This record gives sequence, structure tokens and C-alpha cells, in this order.
Amino acid sequence: MAEFRTEEMVLNMGPQHPSTHGVLRLEVVLDGEIVVNVVPHIGYLHRCFEKHAEAMTNYQQVIPYVDRMDYVTSMNNDLAYALAVEKLLGIQVPERVSYIRVIMAELNRIASHLIAIGTYGLDIGAFTPFLFCFRDRELILDLFEMTCGARLLYNYIWVGGLSHDLPHGFVEKARAFIKTFRPNIKELNDLLSYNKIFIDRTANVGVLPADVAINYGVTGPMLRASGVRWDLRKNDPYSLYERFDFEIPVGTNDIGVVGDSWNRYMVRVREMEQSLNIIEQALDNLPSGDVKSAIPKRIRPPVGEAYVRSESPKGELGFYVISDGSGSPFRVKARSPSFCNLSALPEISRGAMVADLVAILGSIDIVLGEVDR
Amino acid sequence: MQSILENPYLIAVLVALVPLVWILPYALFAIWLERKVSAHMQDRLGPMRTGGWHGWAQTIADMIKLLLKEDIIPSKSEKWLFILAPYIVFAGSYAAYAAIPFTSVYIGSNISVGVFYVVAVSSLVVVGILIGGWASNNKWSLLGAMRSAAQIVSYEIPSTLAILTVVMVVGTLNLQEIVKSQEGWFWNWFVFQKFPFLFISFLIYFIASLAEVNRTPFDIPEAESELVAGYHTEYSGMRFAMFFLAEYANMFAVSAVAVSLFFGGWESPFGTALSGPAWGVFWFLSKGLFFIFVQMWLRWTLPRLRVDQLMYTSWKVLMPFAFANIVFIGLWMMFSH
Repeated sequence: MAEFRTEEMVLNMGPQHPSTHGVLRLEVVLDGEIVVNVVPHIGYLHRCFEKHAEAMTNYQQVIPYVDRMDYVTSMNNDLAYALAVEKLLGIQVPERVSYIRVIMAELNRIASHLIAIGTYGLDIGAFTPFLFCFRDRELILDLFEMTCGARLLYNYIWVGGLSHDLPHGFVEKARAFIKTFRPNIKELNDLLSYNKIFIDRTANVGVLPADVAINYGVTGPMLRASGVRWDLRKNDPYSLYERFDFEIPVGTNDIGVVGDSWNRYMVRVREMEQSLNIIEQALDNLPSGDVKSAIPKRIRPPVGEAYVRSESPKGELGFYVISDGSGSPFRVKARSPSFCNLSALPEISRGAMVADLVAILGSIDIVLGEVDR
Repeated sequence: MQSILENPYLIAVLVALVPLVWILPYALFAIWLERKVSAHMQDRLGPMRTGGWHGWAQTIADMIKLLLKEDIIPSKSEKWLFILAPYIVFAGSYAAYAAIPFTSVYIGSNISVGVFYVVAVSSLVVVGILIGGWASNNKWSLLGAMRSAAQIVSYEIPSTLAILTVVMVVGTLNLQEIVKSQEGWFWNWFVFQKFPFLFISFLIYFIASLAEVNRTPFDIPEAESELVAGYHTEYSGMRFAMFFLAEYANMFAVSAVAVSLFFGGWESPFGTALSGPAWGVFWFLSKGLFFIFVQMWLRWTLPRLRVDQLMYTSWKVLMPFAFANIVFIGLWMMFSH
């Protein structure tokens, strides 16, 4: 057979390409339109996060850098880092702080999923859902702006507390958002999720079986789409998540098969609904208190180390912080979900078509700021 | 003066200029309309500043910008073919206008094989696209051009089969004759005749024509999320504008054929009321622009198919229906006589 092999073509997808979601370069080996192999080349956005963290004079100063890792889920990054340092310090934050953190993290999760869903539609060729998603995301950003002044990189969740308490009118505005957003999810489903062409393009494409997903360390919606009911908010609760009642959506066999691109997409849509439930419960039971009472004046943790993992919208985000007893961290290592999720790309895209490769990459939902850090 | 007007060559040039005089302002308007339609579908406003009222001058400004841009020809490209390609594409779509009846008294060339000519000459577009994609010496362009060739060639068959049903009913290929035979009220339009077979023909023709002009859900050759910009990735400035112009000219050409074949062309929908040569132009253009709007509407609603699904749709869905349609219409005509 060897002498009948057709000629293969190496195609460089990126770093400037509309659907690599940033500066990712994919070295694609093609046989006609069929993908023979994919090699992701990363590092175009490497900003030496770990070195920066070591050079800071204060633990709080790392937070703005953490913001910039996955810049569409900054609240979740802040939360994970703050939890890690709090564990190192052994401090307990007031309940109100935990509740506000949950509200912010879930709002941010919706915002992140809206970007994932919108740009995924764009990858498949549907323009309008993208702008609908951004319209809704705008409302969330308005809430964030009113809380801490920033719309993308918040520096809001601090070690031991928050930078500001909730402003007047936040609760009402958040409720109004939930009220307007619920019907919009249905609209999105009508327009995109159950569109025949969209299903044809994404169902049964890039199937990731559960065992392969676990072997590659894949987490988050991507793992859940493969049928594994694993969500750290339930399985290893932090920040009082155990008090909230919500479900973990997993991939189903209704349309396509478990672990395909459509399920990865749909898990995100369903998670947004669950996030709305969590936010509603948190707003209903919001305790009173001082959000800054537990912020330490000087952060000087004892010699030791701490690892905290949290469920960021992309997957398991972990921070491993080592303290040498001084005022600045000795080492901060981040376990980023996008990086691990991206590693499964070659495995699931071999044998697919070029157009499928775009669909698969979009369904992984990477943010290069977090892949490269 | 008299002698100049009697010069047959001059008259031929003047007659040929009429569609061009229509295409240029129409393309400017259609591009503006596309931006407005998409904007309003997406909760936006679109261009609002240039020229004052709802940004009406935006495309004129864009055109001037494209004209003033540096003319870039990639050094590794096949220079002459690269330069030639956009003109071939535009020529293909422009030539189709020669046989399109704008009104009862104006048709570029009233040839007896009008429909056949339009179908044949618009195939020239694919040659231009292939040349452009190959001459660019860019892998994305080549992939886009190859897809485009495969797509346009395979969709020409169902669209021609759909046209054939109308030709069977009328018994002529002359577009002017076809329009005239739909005289009277709008229920005389072929889309409502021999119900539902000619209606199915129209649907097949319209879907196939979307693919022929590379519009969503069949915009695979220029799928920007996969192929950057497909066959025109390397083109910039005025050459890019030529591709753009050709696309919009083509959109109107296929709409015009659909209108002439199925929606009574320049005939008024209300019998003899509001008819006449001037009203004919009005009816023809408004019907044509309506289908332009439908094309835009679809573009901003639907995602894009994949190449193999596109081929499936053409060969396994549209083709059997088109053939069955021909058989049924043949039987209908046989038994009604």
C-alpha cells in the first residue's frame, strides 16, 4: 500500500487565523481535506506568570496577574488564587464574602460560556448568535463594572475578602438580568443549538471517550460532555458551594453521541441555566457583614505549601502556592484547564476534515492567555 | 448626429452599458443593505454616520478606500493569472445580464436560447475562481478554489433541472417569452402553476442558486473561520472589490432568473393594472431585490454546511427531487393535453 500513498500537505493554521481563538498555531498535516495529524504549537502569549508572581513583594499583588491568565474568567481565577493563599494562612472569610464570591464566579461563568458559545457559532458560520451572546454578556459586564469599576480584569476578589462590597442596587439589577437572560437561552437554543445544520456540523464530530478524557487530564465542560459527572463545586466544594442546590449537566446520547462537539457545546448552555439557579439562591440568602474584616494587614504565611483546585468555567483551575515565610510567594504554580484540555486535540481530530478541526477546536473552548500564562 | 445613432456598434455598446449602469449603484446599495439587514437582525444599528441618513454613503466611502489602496500582488504568485482572475469572475456574472429581461422593451439581447445562455455563461465564474485560487500560491486560496469548483459544478445540475421544468411548460428558452406567458394576475406566475411541482422547482432552483453564488449556508469556498478568506485571501484593494462586486452582481443575476422564471418577471401582479414598460422595471427590480433580501436573511440566520454535507445535499437530496419533478410535470402535460 505504501507506494499508493497520496501526497500530504502541511498547513499552518495560525498564529493569525480567525478560528484559533487567539495566537495558537496548529501544524496540520492534511491528506486532501482529511486531517492526518495536528500538532499545536503554543507559547505565543507566554508572559512569565510564575516569574512575575515570585517577583512580587506582596501576595495581593499577584491577583492582577492572575486576572490576566484566562482573561474572560478573571473572577474565577481570583477566587482560586485567593482560596489558595487563604488556605496557606489558615483564615476563614465571612459568609457574606463567600456568597458574593459565588455570585461573581457564577456570573463570570455565564459570561465565559457566552463567549464560548458565541464564538463557536462563529466557527460554524453562524454570525447572529455571536452578537446575541455578546449582547447578553454586556449586561453581566455592566454588573461587574458597577461593582468594581472594571469590565474585564477585575482584581475584585482579594485574599481574605473583596475589594468592595456590593453597590446599592446590585441585587435588583442582578435579578433583572436573570429575568431577561432566561428567555434568551431559549432563543439561543432555537436559533443555534437545535438548528439542523448546526447539529449536522457538530454531532458525532470529535468524539472524546470518557477514559481518554480522564487519561489526558481533561476537565470542566469537556469532561462532563464525555459523560463523567465531575464538578468540583459538588465533588470538592469550596466557598460554600455545598449550600447551593444545582445539577451537573453531562453529555447525553439524544443528539449525536456522548463526548462529541455538540455535547460539549450543549453542556455549556445547560450550565448557564444552573449558574442562574445558583445566583438566584445566593441573592435570596445573601448574609450581611463586612467584606473587608478578614483581610489581613500583612500577609506573611508560615513556611509551607498549599494546593487549591476550583471549577473554573474551562475546567479544573488549581493554584499551588509555596511560602518560604517571607512576604512574597516563593512559587506560584497554576494548573490551567485550557492547557490540559488542548492536549486532547490531536487525539480527537485525527481523521476529521479541516472544517471539523475548526469545530473541534472551538468546542474545546481554549483561551490562549491561560494555555501559555 | 443621426449617423452616430444609427451606428450599430455604438448602439450595441449603449445597450450593453445599461446593465452596468444598474449593477454599480445596485451593488453599492446591496452592500449597504446587507450591513443594515445584518445589523438589525443582530440588535445593532450598523453604519450610521457616513453621509448622514443611516450611513447611506458608507459603501461609497469603502469603495473609494479600496480604490486608493496599494495594489499588492504576492511575489510568488502567477502574476498575470492573478491579475486576470477577478475580471473573469466579474465578466461571467456581468455577461449573464445580457439575456435578462428588465422590462417588456429592454433586454440586452433577445436571443432564443436566453435561459441556456445565462446558465452557461455564469459558469465562467468558476473558472475565474479557480484561476484566482491557484494563482495566489496560497494553500488556503487553493483549498477554497477547489471547494468552490466542486460546489458550483455540482449545484449547476439541480438548478438546471429545475429550470428545465419551466422550459417544458412554456416550450421556449427565450426569457422574454417565458415572462410574457405569465401575464395576468399573480396566480398566473409559474410558481403557482401545476401546483406543487413548479413550486418545488422554484425551491430547488433557489437553494441551488444560493450555492452557486456562494451564499450561506453554502459559503464554504470563502468560509472565513476555516479558510481565512478562501480563494480571495491574497487579494486586496480594487481586485478584492471586483470579487465583491461580482458576488453581488451574481446574487442579483440568480434572483433575476428566479423572478423571470417563476414570479412573472416584469409582469405586474395585478393583471393589467400598474403595468407598462416603466412599471415593468419597477416590478422586476422590486421582485429581484426581495430575493436579495431573502438571501441576506438566510445568511444571517443559518450556520454553514460542511463540504461533504454540501455534496450530499446536492446529489442525494436536490437531484432526485429535481428528476422526479421533471417526470411528474411531463406526466401532467401529457394527460392534460
